Amino acid sequence: MAEHALQFLQANPLTYAVVKILIVFAVLSGLVAYLVYMERKVLAFMQARLGPMRVGPWGLLQPVADGIKLLLKEDIIPEGADRWVFLIAPAISVAAAFTCFAVVPFAGNFFVTDVNIGLLFILAVSSLGIYGIILGGWASNSHYPLLGALRSSAQLVSYEVAAGMAIVGVLLVSNSLSMVEIVKRQQEMGLWNVLVQPVACIIYVIAAVAETNRNPFDLPEAESELTAGFHTEYSGFRFALYFLAEYTNMVLVSCIAVTLFFGGWLRPFQSVRALDFLNYMPPVGLLGGAVFVFLLGRHNRVPMERVFFIGLAVVLVLLAGLVAIPVVLNAVQGIFWFTVKVLAFLYAFIWYRATFPRYRYDQLMNVGWRVMIPLALANLIVTAVLRYFLSSHGSASPAARLIGF
Amino acid sequence: MTLLQIAFFFLSALALASAILVITRRNAVHSVIWLIVTLFSVGGIFLLLHAEFLFAVQVILYVGGIMVLFLFVVMLVNLDVAVKQAQFSRQWQLALATAIILMAELAYGIYRGHQGFTLAQTSAVPPTIGNTQAVALALYQDYMLPVEIASVLLLVAMVGAVVMAKRKLE
Repeated sequence: MAEHALQFLQANPLTYAVVKILIVFAVLSGLVAYLVYMERKVLAFMQARLGPMRVGPWGLLQPVADGIKLLLKEDIIPEGADRWVFLIAPAISVAAAFTCFAVVPFAGNFFVTDVNIGLLFILAVSSLGIYGIILGGWASNSHYPLLGALRSSAQLVSYEVAAGMAIVGVLLVSNSLSMVEIVKRQQEMGLWNVLVQPVACIIYVIAAVAETNRNPFDLPEAESELTAGFHTEYSGFRFALYFLAEYTNMVLVSCIAVTLFFGGWLRPFQSVRALDFLNYMPPVGLLGGAVFVFLLGRHNRVPMERVFFIGLAVVLVLLAGLVAIPVVLNAVQGIFWFTVKVLAFLYAFIWYRATFPRYRYDQLMNVGWRVMIPLALANLIVTAVLRYFLSSHGSASPAARLIGF
Repeated sequence: MTLLQIAFFFLSALALASAILVITRRNAVHSVIWLIVTLFSVGGIFLLLHAEFLFAVQVILYVGGIMVLFLFVVMLVNLDVAVKQAQFSRQWQLALATAIILMAELAYGIYRGHQGFTLAQTSAVPPTIGNTQAVALALYQDYMLPVEIASVLLLVAMVGAVVMAKRKLE
C-alpha cells in the first residue's frame, strides 16, 4: 500500500509537489497558531505570570479559541475605504509569506523544490509582502493606518538593503544561490557559515527582527503613537490574515537564518565522529518531553486534565519508540535538527520582546543606514578580497579552509 | 496546447490587460497596482524562457523596489483633486497614431518572421552553466567597460538627486 503510493507519487511529480505543498502549508499554519501560544506563555513566565490557562489544559486550546473568535467576528469595511484594495491587501501579505517556503530546505530529503536562484526567489517574493502593508494602510482611508504603513515600509526598505548585503557575503562563501547547495557546502566545509561569516550573521539577524516588525523594532505598530499601525481599521478574519502573515514571516526569517548560517538540517558537529551519539537525540528529546509532561501533569487538580497529560506523555513515549527504529531515525534526523534550530530562533524572537525597550524612530533609521549598511558593505568587501587572494593561493592553507576553500 | 503555451498566453494576456488598465484608471494608486501586475507578468514570461535570474531581478528591482517608491509618491497625492483633472493630455490622438504605426511595424516584422531578420539560435539542450553565471560573465567579462560607464552615470545621477533633494547645502 505505502509502496504503491510512493510509486504513484514518483510517477506524477506534479501531484507529489502538491502533496508536499499541502503538508508544508498545514504544518506551518499549525505551527504559527501555536507560536502565538508559545509567545504568550513565554512572555508570561518571563514576567512572573501564568499566561493563558482557561481554554483546555494549560490553555493549550487557546489558539483554537482565538481562531474561532476571529472567524466569527464581523468583517468591517470602513466608510470611504477603497473597497477592493482593502479586501485584497491582507491576502497579498499572507501569500507572499507562504510562497517563500517553496524553496526552504526543511531537510536533505524534504523540500518542496530546489531552484538555482533559491535565495533570490526568497528575496524577490518576500519583498512583495510590503504591498500588503502599504495598500492596506492606504486603502483604510484613515490617518493612523496611513502613517503606520509609511513607517513600516520605510523600515522594511531600509533593512532589506542590509539583509541583502549580508546574504551576498554567504553567497560568496558558498558559490551558489540554491538553498540546498548552501547547506551542502557547509557540510563539505565541516563548518557552519556563522563561524565563517559572523558579521553577516549578526547583521542578518538584526535586520530580520526589523523586517518582521518585531520588538525592539516594532514602531509600525507602536500602540501609544499609532494605535495599531497599518491594520488599525481591520477586523475579524482580515486582521487574522495580517496576524498570520506576521508570524509566518517570523518563521520564514528563522528558517532562512538557520539555512544560511546555522547549517540547515545538519546535526551540530557533523564532522566530529566522537559526537555521533548525538544522532540519537530525536528519541531522547521526545522521551525528555514525555518526562517533562508527566511531571507537569501528575499533580494537576482537574482529573480530566491529569488524564490528558498522562496520555500525552504516553503518546510521546510511543513516538520516541517509533523514532528509535534506525530507518525512521535516519529519515527524521534532518527535519529534527532543522526544527530544533528554528524553534530556538523563534524563542529568541520572543526573548527580545521581553527584554528590549522599543527604539525611537530616528534611532531606528540611524542604526539602519549609518551602522548596518556600512558594516554590511565592509563585510562584503573584506570577504570578496579575502576570497580572491585565498583562491589564487590554492586551498591548502588553513586560513583558506576557514573562509571556505 | 501544452502547459507552457497556456502559461505564456495567460501571462501575455494579463500583461496587456493590466497595461491598458494602467492608463485608463482614474485613481493613480490603482494605476500603480496594475503596473505592478504588468511587471510581474512580464517577469513570469522571463521565467518561462528559462531566464530565472532576469525574473528575480525584475521582481526585486521593479516590483519590490521601484514600484514601492512610486506608490509612496502617488499615495500622498491629493486624490480628490487628481480625479477632477483631465486624464489625458491634448496630444492623445497623436500618441495613438504613433502607437498604431509602431504596432503595425512590429506585426509586419513578426509576419515576415525569419525572412525579415535573423533570430539568435536557441539550443534545445539547456546550457550547462546557470542563468545567473551566464549573466554575470556577460556583464563583468565580456561587457566590462559599458557596465562601468553605466555605473558611473548612475552614480552621477544619484549624487545629483541627493544635491537637489537637499534644499540648502551647508
